[in-house]
This record gives sequence, structure tokens and C-alpha cells, in this order.
Amino acid sequence: MTPALELCELHKRFGNTEIIRGISLAVRAGERIAVIGPNGAGKSTLFNLVSGRYAPSGGKVFLQGKRIDGMRPFAINRLGLARSFQITSLFSQLSVFDNLRCAVLWSLGYRYTVWRRLSGLADANTRAGQLMDRLGLGHKRDELVKHLTYAEQRALEIGVTVAGGASVILLDEPTSGMSHSETTRFIALIREVTAGKTLLTVEHDMGVVFELADRIAVLVHGELLAFDTPQAVRANPAVQDAYLGLMKTAGLKRVGR
Amino acid sequence: MFTQYFPSRSRRWGTAFSWGMFGLILILAPLALTSSFSHTLLSQIGIAIIVCLAYNILLGQGGMLSFGHAVYSGLGAFMAIHTLNLVSAGRLALPVSLIPLVGGLAGLAMALLLGWVSTRRAATPFAMITLGVGELVWAITLMFPGIFGGETGIAGNRVTGSGLFGITFGPQIQLYYLIAAYTLVCVLLMYAFTRTPLGRLLNAVRDNPERVEFIGFDPQMVRYLAFCVSGFFAGVSGGLGALQFEIVSSEVVGAARSGAYLLFVVLGGTSLFFGPIIGAVLMVLASVWLSELTAAWLLYLGLVFVVMVLVAPGGLASLVVVHLRYVAAKGLRNVGASYLALASSAAVMLLGGVLLVEMFYHRQVNAVLGPTLVLMGVSLDLSRLDVWFGATLLFVVGALLFAVSRRPFDRAWAEFHRQGQDGRADRPSGEPA
Repeated sequence: MTPALELCELHKRFGNTEIIRGISLAVRAGERIAVIGPNGAGKSTLFNLVSGRYAPSGGKVFLQGKRIDGMRPFAINRLGLARSFQITSLFSQLSVFDNLRCAVLWSLGYRYTVWRRLSGLADANTRAGQLMDRLGLGHKRDELVKHLTYAEQRALEIGVTVAGGASVILLDEPTSGMSHSETTRFIALIREVTAGKTLLTVEHDMGVVFELADRIAVLVHGELLAFDTPQAVRANPAVQDAYLGLMKTAGLKRVGR
Repeated sequence: MFTQYFPSRSRRWGTAFSWGMFGLILILAPLALTSSFSHTLLSQIGIAIIVCLAYNILLGQGGMLSFGHAVYSGLGAFMAIHTLNLVSAGRLALPVSLIPLVGGLAGLAMALLLGWVSTRRAATPFAMITLGVGELVWAITLMFPGIFGGETGIAGNRVTGSGLFGITFGPQIQLYYLIAAYTLVCVLLMYAFTRTPLGRLLNAVRDNPERVEFIGFDPQMVRYLAFCVSGFFAGVSGGLGALQFEIVSSEVVGAARSGAYLLFVVLGGTSLFFGPIIGAVLMVLASVWLSELTAAWLLYLGLVFVVMVLVAPGGLASLVVVHLRYVAAKGLRNVGASYLALASSAAVMLLGGVLLVEMFYHRQVNAVLGPTLVLMGVSLDLSRLDVWFGATLLFVVGALLFAVSRRPFDRAWAEFHRQGQDGRADRPSGEPA
């Protein structure tokens, strides 16, 4: 079976600094992958390469067997890959509903339509409305995004990402800046809205990682140290040396981040 | 176009009502103001409304600051006047009433061509490119006097033949109603544009172009298409202007014209749909009427602009909405005193300000005419110190009183800002919840 997402010898260089040093991995359809690694390991860069924000310096990326490296982000998105951002990235002067509505338009085939009224697009309105309710934002329908709380904005960030019905979802630290109880609730939400999809998520909360992920990719200095099931990764001495040990010693500092 | 800024169950009716009122004003205005001067004024206002709304598709809805939008209205005007001359010469059979559409198509064609370059970038680079393109086109119009008439311009005559049912558009009133019809249709279409998927995506591109790329749309394409829509309506406005003035010279594509679009659209308000309409009315009144009243009109304009940008960045439209909401919340009967205080203190401040400006202006520019300034029928001897002192006192006291008397409105103002002055502009009305 064709992997949902496949990276082959991916490289990224910024000037003389090599951030990603030859990463290869294949993700099966429907799998949930957690990408972990210390700060500066290249997790966000990896997502930026896959989603088209940066062009790789070398290597290939395949989405459902189709080569996508070097394509523009919107072209990759149209092929069924969507991503969220670590720093909330929404349309701040638009309402919650309009944020979601904009995000569903392309997948429903409306493109750059000027001859139809937005309010008359029943399918777009229904899909945006249902998603809004699942995100728990139904009561904030007409609220401008800039007036939402942080947690609400994070939820909408996920909503805008999954709204277009992409089959491969990349979430960049979806729970960053959230309290523990919020995180628990949020993980349940992520499970719900990404059900049946292929999910890659960057996550720092180890409890969440081991609970959510089918497989864990451990990134250290731009290289893939391990890519295996949670149990195997936990038992992997190299990972323990390079990363989990580091996490334990730096554990207290991380909480404050 | 107006009522959606207020919560109401019967928004749909409210919207229909405000459109009806807009149409009615367009129809009745020349019957109320019957002088031929006011008919000219009203015609120019109609033309300005179209181009200001077109400009705001870029600025308010797309976040594109253009310093060269006169290129599209201006080239539309040139195309229209040449077409008119072809019709006059009998070489083209086209009703005069359709010539503004030719202007629109010319504006669209230029936007298709030049917009491709301009909209490659957003924000500051976009502004720079439009400035460059504007200068370029202006230089070109001077380089080819055969096409653009040099500094004298290309003249035309809008009366060709006997016209249908005797409507030749010769009399100003006939042309006014043509302009009014175009204004109504164009405003309706531009309003409808804000409710289309592309219109909403344009707002999204304004807010966050990068994220738009990750929901499947090319922000450059969104900007480009919006630019073309704007160019078309600007061209229609230019075509109407060609019929109105029957002469088109290179100043119609110049930076001063482009700057006026920007200035008055901001003054009217970019964040609400009807803001540029207010701006358009002011643009015509200022350039036609205020410039007759005082030689210092550009100074006033600059002052008002700076104050507006600092104090009420939402423009006059945001002030209108704040006060309508205030009145709606308090009840008409309870706001009389506070408005009386506001109006009288503003009048005192304004009087003092105007006196100072006129006195300085007279001293600096018209000093050769002697120290006596005649203003509103009153002679002021500028060599006397007490005149200066009095004017300053009026201004300062007026300003202080104004600061006090606007306090009751502060809450309404803060509330408006909390909700976002532009929030209602992007919110569709009359939609099922």
C-alpha cells in the first residue's frame, strides 16, 4: 500500500547551517505520529518542508505517492495535506464562522467564485457550522477571532486546519501554552476531529505523546534518531541517552515554557 | 449596506430600506437642489462614489494600499473620450449611455495587465509598485500627445445626434440621471462582491495572506482578481467623468488624483462598506466648494486628515455608527443635552481654529493686501495683538469644552472598538444563523 506520506533523504540548509540532515520515513494511512525532540531539533522545519512553506535543499516528499516537494503550499493543500501553526495563525478580523467558511471553500470546489453569494452556499455553511459546534465555538459564531480567548483561538486553529477535509494533518504544537486540564480536553478534541485521518503532531507533553501516538519519531539535530512504537521508543537506549534523559533533567524548565 | 451594523431581527427589511433610501436620494437630490451648479456637484459626487468604493476594495477589503489607482479611472476616461469621439465622427455606432462601460472595460484591461505586476507582492512592496506604475503611466500620457492630448487633453462632445426619445445627455440633469443609474448599479454590485466567496477570501488575505496559502488559495490570485474588479469600477467612474467634463487630460492619471482617492477614502472610513461614500461626497465638496471658500483648503484638508487618522482611524463612518448606536441605546429624548454641548463646543473650537488658520494664511500669503482680513463679513485687523489672543483663546477654550463634552460618548466609543470597528462590515446580514 502507498504510504500516506513519505519522506526520502530530506535535507534543508539555511546558509551553512544544515537543519534537516537526511530524514527518511514513511507514514501509513490513518496512523498517528508524534514528532518529538529537543528545541532546535528541526521539528517545525520538517513540517515547513512537508507543507511547502520552505522548499527542501534536497530529497523528496511524496503525498499518497505523488511527489510534492517544491510545490507551493496551496497546491499541496489541494492535494490533501493541511497544517496548523505553533503560533496561532488565523484571520483576526473575521468571525469564527467566516474563518471556518473560508477554510472549507476550496475543497467544496468554490475556488475564486464571484458569481454566488457566500450565504447561499448551503454545503459550505453546513460544514463550517457543524465543525464550529464540534470545536465548542457555536456560541461564538459571529465573534471576531481577535476577541477569542487563547484556548478558543487554539481550537479554531485546529478547526481551520481540518475544515478542508485533508487526509493528512500536521499539527505543530497544538497544545502549546495550555494548562494541563485544557490539554487533556484538547487532545480529546484533536482525536475527534482527526478521526480516520493521518496525523503528525509535534508535542512536548510526554503523557500526551505516549497516549496519542501509534508511532513516535524522535528528531535530534536534524536527524531521525528513532521511529517506532511508543514502547520501543521508550526502551531505546539511544533515545534515552539523547532525549528522554535530557527531558528529565530539563523537565522543570519545560513546564515554564 | 448600513443596517447590518446594528443588531436587529428585521435586518433584511432594514437592508432593503437603506438601499431604497439610497436610490431615493439619488433620484430626488436634483429635484431638491435645482441650480445647475448643484446638478454638476451631484453628478461629480456620483462619479466619486464609484471610484472611492472601487478603491476601498483594495484598501479596506484587501489591505492593499495603492498610490496609483487614478491610472485605472484615468485610462478608462481616456478610452471613453476616444470612443465618444469615434461615435461623434460616425465611425462607431454605440449609444452614449454605454460609453462608461467602455471606460470600465479599459480599466479592467489595464488592471489585468498592470495588476499582474502590482499584486505579486502585498503590503509595502505593493504600495511601492503602484506608486511606480502610477508615475510611469503619467509620464507615458505626456510622451504621447497624439493619444493623450498632452497638457491640454482630449476634448469631446457628449451630444451626438438626436438621441433616443430626445435624451441627448446634453442637459446636465439628463447626464445626472445616467450617472445616478450607474452609481446605484455599481454600488449594488460592489456591495454584492463583499458577500461572495472571493470577497470574503479577500478579507482573509488582508488579515493573514500566509494562512490563506494553507487553506488552498493563492493569495496573489485573490489580490489580482480583486484588483481587476476594482480596476473595472474605477474605469466606469473614469468613463462617466469623461462624459461629465467632456475633456480628459493627463492629470486624471496623476499622483494627485490617486492621492485624493486614498485621502478621502480613509477620511470616510475604510472599515465599513459605506465609509468611502462619505469620503466621496467630501472629496467633491472639498475640491469644488471648499476650494472656492478659502485658499487654505488644502491646509484644512491636511489637518482634518491627520486628526482623523489619529483620533478615529475608522474614519467618519465609524463616528456615524458610534453615534447612531449611542442614540439607539440612550433614546432620542435623552441625548439632546449632550449633543448640544458637543455641537456648541465643537463650533467654538472650529471657529477659533478657522480664525487662526485664516489669519496665519493671510499674514503669510496675502500680506501685500494689508493687515485687514475680511472673514465671514467681519473685518479683523491683524496688526492688533488682541485679535490673535482672542482667536487662540476661542480655540483653546473650545477644545477644552469639547474634551469635556465628549465624555458621555466615551463608553459607546470604547464598546464600538471592543467589538471591532470593522467587525460588522465583514458580517453578512440576513443570513440564517
